[in-house]
Amino acid sequence: MSVESLRCKECGEAYELGASYACERCFGPLEVRYDHSGLDAAEVKRRIQAGSQGIWRYADFLPFTGRPQDPLEPGLTPLVKADRLAERLGLEAEVWVKNDAANPTHSFKDRVVAVAVAKAQELGFKTVACASTGNLANAVAAHAAAAGLESYVLVPANLEEQKLLATGIYGTNLVGVRGNYDDVNRLCTQLAETRPWAFVNVNLRPYYAEGSKTLAYETAEQLGWELPDRVVCPIASGSLFTKVARGFEEWTELGLVSGEQPVFNGAQAQGCSPVATAFAEGWDVCKPQKPETIAKSLAIGDPADGPYAVEQARSSGGAIDSVDDEEIRAGIRLLAETTGIFTETAGGVTVGVLAKLAERGDIGAGERIVLYITGEGLKTLDATRDSFQMHEIDSDLDSFESEFDHQEVVA
Amino acid sequence: MAVTVKIPTQLRAATGGDAEVEVSGATVGEVLDAVFDAHGDLRERITQDGDLRRFVNVYVSGEDIRFQQGLDTVVGESDEVTILPAVAGG
Repeated sequence: MSVESLRCKECGEAYELGASYACERCFGPLEVRYDHSGLDAAEVKRRIQAGSQGIWRYADFLPFTGRPQDPLEPGLTPLVKADRLAERLGLEAEVWVKNDAANPTHSFKDRVVAVAVAKAQELGFKTVACASTGNLANAVAAHAAAAGLESYVLVPANLEEQKLLATGIYGTNLVGVRGNYDDVNRLCTQLAETRPWAFVNVNLRPYYAEGSKTLAYETAEQLGWELPDRVVCPIASGSLFTKVARGFEEWTELGLVSGEQPVFNGAQAQGCSPVATAFAEGWDVCKPQKPETIAKSLAIGDPADGPYAVEQARSSGGAIDSVDDEEIRAGIRLLAETTGIFTETAGGVTVGVLAKLAERGDIGAGERIVLYITGEGLKTLDATRDSFQMHEIDSDLDSFESEFDHQEVVA
Repeated sequence: MAVTVKIPTQLRAATGGDAEVEVSGATVGEVLDAVFDAHGDLRERITQDGDLRRFVNVYVSGEDIRFQQGLDTVVGESDEVTILPAVAGG
């Protein structure tokens, strides 16, 4: 295993591989550092292909000294070619959808939580916890249950009912906080100082974030060990966005893939767009916002990795755009109609931004684009209510015929 | 006027292990200056060129000062000033 240390992303100060996340010298975020110099690309590739059918096949690039344990192994979700979506948007590009709703708790959060919970166990923690906008809550409660750990899940009390139900069922201590996500996050940051718990996205955040790199590895592997030309990825804290980029870079550095790094397009909801705003204004910090959007899973007004997401979009030649609630609903509908994939509001944001890029003419003919669909439509049912009408009829043929008399019949 | 400032774990090496510091000041800027006067090491750790570093959050009784008047935010007698790393969550 090639994991080496924790290192401050701002000032470079090194730390031991413990439960810490902020630099004592400058408060910058800590990140896991690896030494991959001992790895042989051909051997790594063989190890991956012979590995498990999930994220542990990428263990060479994950922050463990031993073999990670997690009974609910996520990953290897479908990468689907979406020709009809491309056609509807008038794109002569190759559009692929990475359907990460096909994970154990139906969102990409299973990846980061599997890594964090395995690390928590390696570090000897008995209790895991998190601050969540919903999907993370589901994942922490489920993975803790599977691992036999106690858990505390803190969420804004006004979360979608589906996300609350799909959390409480696992027997976690579900705590609804009267406030928004940023209030919950502050509270958890304070609790992490006094409770001997592994807060997956606070004191274990450097490890947790590493799980997102597996989305890049899978994408490259599923494209036949090639890089896409462009990715469209939702941004909440900005961690997923920057770690997917890091995943592609790591594999390029090792020689597992070659060529230009993809262009990174970020997607935010207009009602919570601190990162898109910073990108548009040319700032290197994000001004916090009070979220007001149906895309609750992206409703982080004070995004920890916002500055790095802005840098990633700029340096890759991409952009960060935002879409309003109507465009989010239309995005959910468009993806469902053209691919058979029913996504949650965050996915609607991603599809909405793809539509915006298509309309603006940002996407070249022949480009290969990957769209990261990070969550499941059944978790945000309110967003789809009233988007179609059911035909209600009596149980006889006449009733059906009169409703559908314009349709063709056999005889 | 005494104000309680909560010091996060990461900075306690600079306060001799203290989790709270009592100082005087009418604004967040004044309060922080008073903290720096008492514990010199802290200034460089959380500020740069007179501003807070980009991964430092400061709250007055739970409310982020960036939604108020930043370092000019007024601090009252019963207020608590909390310094926290901004690199959690998501």
